Amino acid sequence: MRITLTVNGEERSGDVEPRTLLVHHLRDALGLTGTNVGCDTSSCGACTILFDGESVKSCTVLAVQAAGHEVTTIEGLTTPASATAAGNGEGGALHPMQQAFHEHHGLQCGFCTPGMVMAAVSLLRENPHPSEDEVRLGLEGNLCRCTGYHNIVEAVLAAADRQERAEGPA
Amino acid sequence: MTATDATPTGAIGDRLLRKEDGRLVTGEARYVDDLAIPGAVWMGMVRSPFAHARITGIDTAAATAMPGVRHVFTGADLRDGGAWANPMPCVWPVTDDMKAPDHWPVALDKVCYAGDIVAVVVADSRYAAADAVDAVVVDYDPLDAVVDIEEAAGDRVVIHEGLGTNRSYTWTLSPDPEAVERAFAQAAHVVQERYRHQRLIPAAMEPRGVAAVPAPYGGDITLYSSTQIPHILKVTIALTCGMPEQKVRVIAPAVGGGFGSKLDVYAEEFLAVALARRLGVPARWTETRSEAGVATIHGRGLIQDMELAADAEGHITAVRAKLLSDMGAYMQLITPGIPILGAFLYHGAYDVPAYHFECTGVFTTRTPTDAYRGAGRPEATFAVERSIEALARKVGVDAVEIRRRNYIPPDRFPYQSSGTLLYDSGNYEPALDRALELIDHDGLRAEQQRRRDAGETRHLGIGISSYVEMCGLAPSRVLAALKYAAGGWEAATVRVLPTGGVQVVSGTTPHGQGHETSWSQIVADKFGVSPDLVEVIHSDTATSPQGMDTYGSRSLPVGGVAVAMAADEVIAKARRIAAHQLECAEEDLELVQGELRVRGTPAKSMTLQAVAFEAFSAHDLPDGMEPNLYGHVAYDPPNFTFPFGTHVAVVDVDEETGRVDLVDYAAVDDCGIQVNPMIVEGQLHGGIVQGAAQALWEEASYDDEGTLLNPSLLDYMVPTAAEVPRFRLDHTVTPSPTNPLGVKGIGEAGTIAATPAVINAVVDALAHLGITDMEMPATPERVWSTIRAAKEAGR
Repeated sequence: MRITLTVNGEERSGDVEPRTLLVHHLRDALGLTGTNVGCDTSSCGACTILFDGESVKSCTVLAVQAAGHEVTTIEGLTTPASATAAGNGEGGALHPMQQAFHEHHGLQCGFCTPGMVMAAVSLLRENPHPSEDEVRLGLEGNLCRCTGYHNIVEAVLAAADRQERAEGPA
Repeated sequence: MTATDATPTGAIGDRLLRKEDGRLVTGEARYVDDLAIPGAVWMGMVRSPFAHARITGIDTAAATAMPGVRHVFTGADLRDGGAWANPMPCVWPVTDDMKAPDHWPVALDKVCYAGDIVAVVVADSRYAAADAVDAVVVDYDPLDAVVDIEEAAGDRVVIHEGLGTNRSYTWTLSPDPEAVERAFAQAAHVVQERYRHQRLIPAAMEPRGVAAVPAPYGGDITLYSSTQIPHILKVTIALTCGMPEQKVRVIAPAVGGGFGSKLDVYAEEFLAVALARRLGVPARWTETRSEAGVATIHGRGLIQDMELAADAEGHITAVRAKLLSDMGAYMQLITPGIPILGAFLYHGAYDVPAYHFECTGVFTTRTPTDAYRGAGRPEATFAVERSIEALARKVGVDAVEIRRRNYIPPDRFPYQSSGTLLYDSGNYEPALDRALELIDHDGLRAEQQRRRDAGETRHLGIGISSYVEMCGLAPSRVLAALKYAAGGWEAATVRVLPTGGVQVVSGTTPHGQGHETSWSQIVADKFGVSPDLVEVIHSDTATSPQGMDTYGSRSLPVGGVAVAMAADEVIAKARRIAAHQLECAEEDLELVQGELRVRGTPAKSMTLQAVAFEAFSAHDLPDGMEPNLYGHVAYDPPNFTFPFGTHVAVVDVDEETGRVDLVDYAAVDDCGIQVNPMIVEGQLHGGIVQGAAQALWEEASYDDEGTLLNPSLLDYMVPTAAEVPRFRLDHTVTPSPTNPLGVKGIGEAGTIAATPAVINAVVDALAHLGITDMEMPATPERVWSTIRAAKEAGR
């Protein structure tokens, strides 16, 4: 089947088998390999993307279901358009959430990181001022084996704090 | 301790942010499955659903006829086609008479665990390969499974008939058996405990992946693999596939965690090479997560009988530890040696004069076990830190006091242990004191008593664990004495380029540990230059030809030390060149901020870049000196390093539901000099959660037929952010005297310390109910049942 979807702001068309998972379409057909596959039961969250602005595990979506929709992957976060979405664009080309993960050592092997960052971006869109517990519950769908989550939580809280300061009264 | 304590400059001790992060936070990093490999075929593994069965027939016709399917190979096809020169390697035959079966990449006439490969499908896409795997028809004649370790040792069913027994080996360390007998005969207190360690699934977030790319007319092969050990893998590919080692290049691209599970060589790696050679096209495979549950090694899986003898005051006078350890169906790379890595540590941080250890390794019809974070040392520490609590109860002192009475005193270092080790350095009590202070131990004890007095049903438990471990594998001569086939050295090259940049070539293979950052800091510190000038090259046997790779908390105390020593060689050569050029004595030169200056004459100086350019042009070097400014070192450590510390876990246990919540955690660790404290803390955070996970959540569960019940992440309980608390960390600094950096390994310490700390906390919470033990994992059901049994017994 031929499908067209918007990926990171660009229209991308391609032929897919009806059973192709969106994550495989993104990775194998569109070459966007930042989105990782860590399981086969929608448990780990490594494949988390933004689907019409909300975090979704791209292994639970068929590519054909994404036709006509807007998808943002980790590669799309660093584009100037989306870099301004969450705030002030500090830290060069990195999205503030990517920058926060870097500054707080919120990653080690990096395999869960793209999905974790996308989930965290979505979390702050839904709840811009989360408590630590809300961050922990909000990231429950994303597994990390390296960090013990300590610094991931620090990073997300710092990103929220930075976003608040950027948006706060002048 | 925050990221903003000091402005990082990149010297040793700075919290330098990681150089690796840019490509990882943006998705730019390439893991094996990310690689675009034109013309590659996909392999799919047909795996046995039975734990133990004879293969009576394999029908590949339907699968071969499917669209997109090129071939289906059975074990016999590959053997008869000359794919294998040798069986897959086990490089650690721990005793002269160890029994082990030949282990082929694809089973021949019999399967010995559910997951054993019986055929390989080759197809044009991963989807086509998956379809074809389901279409291969295999006839099995099932045999009795052997799941229980003790039952396996009884040999009712012998798995490998040719061996005549399931008992592979018994390894003993008993330097003075009479002293042990005497100590137990004279003891005022004897503790006898039995502990079980469940099997764990390592669950690195990146499943394994391999891709072998042949050059059919050159005869060489490039193997991309998500491995911790490209250098060891290269040697074993040559041996098992029967090809010249110089024709094999192994690349570990970005690797998504390992925790020991990628410190191994696997059937799929040999199959990729064999099929790429046979077919003349690239062959690749990526493990699915549910496949990983059976196809990648498991950790732990053993029973310990632990005995302590002590005098009336609770000073331990002897330890006797006997293990029955589950090898699984076959020996993987270092399976038999895993319990031996803990064999020397069954007295932990305590001064114990008499020592006996023995371990029997047995085969079962389950996935092979092998190294999993800590590898032998978490098991040993668990036995020590659980049994000392039992001793405290017998003596009538608390958990803190019993430890104080038994610690090796600081004036005894270097400490010759009864377990034949020489502990390099240590000072154990300050770490305990600081951990108790961090967690507010006295306040928690008061709160615990208040809840008990008020008759509350949510109980507070406090669990202590003091550990010492041996890491930094390893002195090659010690490894030889232990019958390990390889050495324990590590290699490094440091080059200053003519334009001033620095290249470090390391034989270590980072997969999350941040070596690019830490090795840059070591060199930047030596040279007085920015770490941004330093590039670290690793994980490719063509560009980093010498190495022993990354495992056993060895990278810094062996590989990092090699980097430092290679940098020293560079400095020594640079001084000779600069002295020649500046017409001064070498002794008059000092290296400051990347510049060699003549003391007292600041105008007379040369930058390292200028020296490097002179070395490169070679127009005017001292007589007989080789061109180029580089140093190369292969460092073989004289001893292990012995990090230590005390962890304190705090749990809430709900008496009515059995639910355990890990609510607080303090850890004070001492790994000597820290190159990058931020990275050290990250290693501890992750390690602690992995250790706590064994205590509370994780277990590879099997039914009586040998079927793994929870191979996927849907059923296997890897903890999420919601299950774990924020951690309180601090450290003490007791440098290692055995290496010039004063460093000790820290990659496994968190996991080693955490498991007994958490179980001690659970038992402590329920102590007033008469509960003294809790099997792992302490699931709500198990805790609830234990509470109920204790209440019924007390009635």
